[in-house]
Amino acid sequence: MKTFTVGGIHPPEYKLTASKAIETMPLPAEVAISMSQHLGKPAKPLVKVGDEVKKGQLIGQADGFISANVHASTSGKVKAVKNAPHPGGNYSMTVVITTDGRDEWIEGCNTPAEDWKALSKEEILRRIKEAGIVGMGGAGFPTSVKLSPPKDKTIDTIILNGAECEPFLTADHRLMLESAGGIVEGLAIIASLFEGKAKSYIGIESNKPDAVSALEAASKGRGIEIVTLETKYPQGAEKQLINAITGRTIEEGQLPFDKGCLVQNVGTALAVYEAVTMQKPLVDRIVTVSGMEVKTAKNIRAIIGTRFSDIALFAGSMTEKTNQVITGGPMMGRSQFTLEVPVTKTTSGILFINNTLLASSRERTCIRCGKCISGCPQGLEPWLLATEAEFRRLEDAETYGLANCTECGSCSYQCPSGRELVHWIKYAKALLNNRRQRKTA
Amino acid sequence: MEPLKLKVSYAPFVRSKDSIESVMYNVALALLPATVLSVYYFGIPALLVTLTAIASSIAFEWMTDRIRKKPDSCFDGSAVVTGLLLALNVPSGLPLWMVVIGSFVAIVVTKHLFGGLGFNIFNPALVARVFLLISFPVAMTSWPVPLSVDMQTAASPLGILKTDGIAALQGFSYMDALLGRTGGSLGETSAAALLLGAAWLFYKRYITLTIPLTFIGSTLALVGIAWAIDPANYADPIFHLLTGGLILGAFFMATDMVTSPLSLRGQILFGVGGGLLTAVIRLWGGYPEGVSFAILIMNSLVPLLDSWDLNDIKAKKQQSPKTA
Repeated sequence: MKTFTVGGIHPPEYKLTASKAIETMPLPAEVAISMSQHLGKPAKPLVKVGDEVKKGQLIGQADGFISANVHASTSGKVKAVKNAPHPGGNYSMTVVITTDGRDEWIEGCNTPAEDWKALSKEEILRRIKEAGIVGMGGAGFPTSVKLSPPKDKTIDTIILNGAECEPFLTADHRLMLESAGGIVEGLAIIASLFEGKAKSYIGIESNKPDAVSALEAASKGRGIEIVTLETKYPQGAEKQLINAITGRTIEEGQLPFDKGCLVQNVGTALAVYEAVTMQKPLVDRIVTVSGMEVKTAKNIRAIIGTRFSDIALFAGSMTEKTNQVITGGPMMGRSQFTLEVPVTKTTSGILFINNTLLASSRERTCIRCGKCISGCPQGLEPWLLATEAEFRRLEDAETYGLANCTECGSCSYQCPSGRELVHWIKYAKALLNNRRQRKTA
Repeated sequence: MEPLKLKVSYAPFVRSKDSIESVMYNVALALLPATVLSVYYFGIPALLVTLTAIASSIAFEWMTDRIRKKPDSCFDGSAVVTGLLLALNVPSGLPLWMVVIGSFVAIVVTKHLFGGLGFNIFNPALVARVFLLISFPVAMTSWPVPLSVDMQTAASPLGILKTDGIAALQGFSYMDALLGRTGGSLGETSAAALLLGAAWLFYKRYITLTIPLTFIGSTLALVGIAWAIDPANYADPIFHLLTGGLILGAFFMATDMVTSPLSLRGQILFGVGGGLLTAVIRLWGGYPEGVSFAILIMNSLVPLLDSWDLNDIKAKKQQSPKTA
């Protein structure tokens, strides 16, 4: 079984919803569609209060190169265009739509599937860009940008990421079981952009043998290799996945295409397939609703903009012991301060948990046990980076590889002293970023 | 829908169950077989030494926390482990006031004066042992004979070897050494009980075998070479393995997280260096036993060994391509 070579940890899996088929969530009364669905500049809102919108209508225009289009996820009337809570932990420009219940598509969208093989490369890329597709694994990098690497870079390896190494999350798992055909077509479309010269892989952790067989069956004779990966966190992190499948290492400052690789999430591949063949913009996604404190954990198909409060109700609400609501997985996700936040294109999971560590948590001194080092998949010394950050020695932190940290959280998970190692590292990165922005401004 | 008070905190939201307490109390648990066996062999005095060492260590920890205005750390288990290790490193007949002085040197001087848990350079119990050995050389080398009724004392096997030569060891039984029926400090006697505890720590992943194996291996290699060249004057490696503090030191003291290197190659050098120093002191030094000195000397080199990896990370960073 393949795996990445350095570090890694084995948190409990908690895949409570692995056997639960995807349920489509009923239309909520209101959706809040953020203009920041992606990495990069927020989209520019195109609608104003009172406008009638149809499902799939462009309501936010990509602003700049690293940005993405945003579409209405159902039909209705614009109630407000305002700053509203965003699952990233901040406020962002948001279009609030009162739904009309008809869920009516705008003309020219969601058309019957056509044969993508007849389309030119430019047309395929245009459709992906129009549809506002971003990386659905969590980072939200605009897909059309990622699919257009600089001319001097040769892509020889395309990897679909179906590892889903975060505890609790099963959204990609269910998608691979229920839409294997679409995922394989999406991968074929992506591969066609590189003239079929690149070898295609789909990497899946060994705890999902049913997904491995489903994709093996769907990809028979298509020249796609399904790779079973050891169940180890963070197997699904881009750099680790590349290392596990190809043996290559992405060095600090490099991007995957520097080593001939392109990685896409399985959900993104399906979105690409639907966008290219049916002109369907990215208006919904699969979300795992789970955690120990939610009554009925499930996998749902929710339209973008569905508020967490509506989803909590749909999942039978949560127990009184809930003290944290997390978006994403428990390793890299974010805790929310309100249930007003909406689903975005990168919301892979919503977890309702009772975090008992909060009552007693206190950082204690490092006892030099070395578990952060042995767990670090990037071969760093997290204890040192965190200490440098704590004392604001940011340049020193940089010389010890601060920028090479992928923020997977393995170090904090391991630490017997409860030190917030990855938090300090993120903090140091943010301080450095601010300082640089101020310098250039 | 929102009477719930949601709390915001840092990712990750799941953490391993390891804590300072779980590390320390598992070490204490691993030392239990050797402790129980020493009480069986040496009787009530051994029990008193053990309890005094632990109680005084906890008391000094508590007092220092007060003086330093630090949160209570007297029950995080580290003071218990230090006290227990100190007890296992002294003869069972040691006057109890000397034990208390040992705890003071360990907890206050070696640990807290250097910044407390995690910041001490030297292994506290070992510094205390060496302090006592130098201050009270007679009391620290009067080894009661195991299972004797009248508190007879005798030299330890290594002591006999050092002062009287190998001829005096005629009739020495390896089985006695394995089970602990020889003179020595509380924890030095039974190799079997110590290995049982070490196996537990290894199984729970609180220690790796890098340091113990390189430590013991290099000691045995050097004493083995000496023995192979001149068996008339040097004891064989099995004798060296089963007597003295080699197993206690290699598995429980040299593996102390705080005072050992972080990286694999640092740990290998640390183990090999400690092992060779032990053998050199045993073969040619002034003291019969060299484990404590060897570990303390290697402790002082840990920052140097650790900087090796850090310099590599720096060097790699300078070479790495800058595309972003």
